[in-house]
Amino acid sequence: MLVDDLRGMVYIALKDLKAYYFKAPNISWGILFPFAFILAFAIRNPGDLRALVPGLLALTVLFGTSSMEAIVIVFERRIGSLERLFLAPLRLPALLAGKLLGGMAFGLTVTLVVLVMSLAIFGARGTNWLLLVLALLLSATAFSAMGAFVSVAVKEVFEAQTLANFIRFPMMFLGGVFVPLDAMPGWLQVVARLLPLTYSVEALRVALSGGAWSTAWLDLGALASFSGSLFWLAVRTLARRMD
Amino acid sequence: MTTVIQVTGLTKIFPVKNRPPLCAVDGIDFTVQEGEVFGFLGPNGAGKTCTIRMLTGLSRPTAGQVQVLGLDLATDLPRIKKRIGVVPEASNLYDELTAFDNLVFSMQLYGVPRAERKPRAEELLRRFRLSEKRDTPFAKLSRGMKRALTIAAALAHRPQLVFLDEPTTGLDVMSARALRGMIAGLRDEGVTVFLTTHYLEEAERLCDRVAIIVKGKIVALDTVAALRSGIPCQMVVEMTLAGADGQTEKRRVVCEDSVESAVQRLFAEARGRRVLAIDTLRPSLEDVFVQLTGLSAEVMLAEKGGKGGGNAGG
Repeated sequence: MLVDDLRGMVYIALKDLKAYYFKAPNISWGILFPFAFILAFAIRNPGDLRALVPGLLALTVLFGTSSMEAIVIVFERRIGSLERLFLAPLRLPALLAGKLLGGMAFGLTVTLVVLVMSLAIFGARGTNWLLLVLALLLSATAFSAMGAFVSVAVKEVFEAQTLANFIRFPMMFLGGVFVPLDAMPGWLQVVARLLPLTYSVEALRVALSGGAWSTAWLDLGALASFSGSLFWLAVRTLARRMD
Repeated sequence: MTTVIQVTGLTKIFPVKNRPPLCAVDGIDFTVQEGEVFGFLGPNGAGKTCTIRMLTGLSRPTAGQVQVLGLDLATDLPRIKKRIGVVPEASNLYDELTAFDNLVFSMQLYGVPRAERKPRAEELLRRFRLSEKRDTPFAKLSRGMKRALTIAAALAHRPQLVFLDEPTTGLDVMSARALRGMIAGLRDEGVTVFLTTHYLEEAERLCDRVAIIVKGKIVALDTVAALRSGIPCQMVVEMTLAGADGQTEKRRVVCEDSVESAVQRLFAEARGRRVLAIDTLRPSLEDVFVQLTGLSAEVMLAEKGGKGGGNAGG
């Protein structure tokens, strides 16, 4: 049964990548969108541009993984093709994990492009590579699970887009991408601590500045917890919607 | 003969807000034998699709036991899923993938070995006359082709049992006829077919046995011939009446005691209109349906977009 689950998971991800993700507009949007935001911020506040790289990477992972994924599941449910996966010999968590994997693979590919460009401009000295990989992977899992949850929680594609943006945009301004957490009022810091993007930015900042592992454990743990709980919520919601 | 589906007391109740719960399927019992085409017939909303959804694991029964291919649906669903194929009412393959890629993806999901996938996909495309559309995205196929490809995808992993939910609904006459030929071909290959339809002629042509379901209950279950033989007097009288603008109208009555009384009843209904012909016929499944349910045959078609290709031609 586990073999069926794993096989189904991989092929669902590959099918989604082929059918939805790797289309020119999606790729360009995934890369351009975070750059546009960072550029706008940098023009307004020219300063240490290198300090913006962790935020840029975190935003790219966030939008790369969740934008299409938040739509894919609800879209397939609307047109009836999601039912094909319900009928296939794999369990519901594996089905959803396949969807997550597709979003993650796309988000990480786009992020890799942004990462290479950033490192080419600012240099890679002092980077904790292992921590960087782990932070990117956990960020992609958390944001992908968030996209999946958004997608199963609504009934229409436009509702998914609205809900995804309702969550992502406040997160973008509160998650330490543009303004460090320390510079925020205390109550906003508390709110920021409830958002996965905050931990993603922090973990990536530690990784890119060659910081110690000990300073990133909390962030990695938080990202893992967000991933697990959002995935569990998505599976539960989808199971309820099936009948 | 091996029993492929065994259903006992199958029930599905949906809670409805501020109203009494809706009983979509009401304690039905039936068996399907290996190699037969079993027809599940009923008007829209009778519980056909709901029953298929339960038998294929898409919906959880409220009560009852189901065994499919000797396995318990409640505990062995993943194993059952590997051995069945399902064609839902809507053709639901992936618009963005080509005909070939859709078939390959189906096989990937069901664990068909890599070496077998390409030849099997090519074989199915040939068999369903879609070879020329191999590299055409699903979205760009005609309705009939979409239906054929959806059936092909359900057969890709060589299931022992295939569920077909309203396979010819909404198709043109030629496509419906071609699909019926393909369904008949499945029986010849030894595949068991569970077919829901609201086209009485289709059930009559294709099915070895037929269950008629009305309001969630099975009101009759037998071979078409046996159901016919249940009609008293074994005769149907059909009257052709002259209508407006040179049109004709046919009315038929099942003889309840004698041909004479049926003819008298038809004349009474004609109310003086010009009678063009009177024929005596053997009862069809339609007559059985009308006799058993008290519903007109038009009820079967009323809510499904009219008489589509499924009901016409053969």
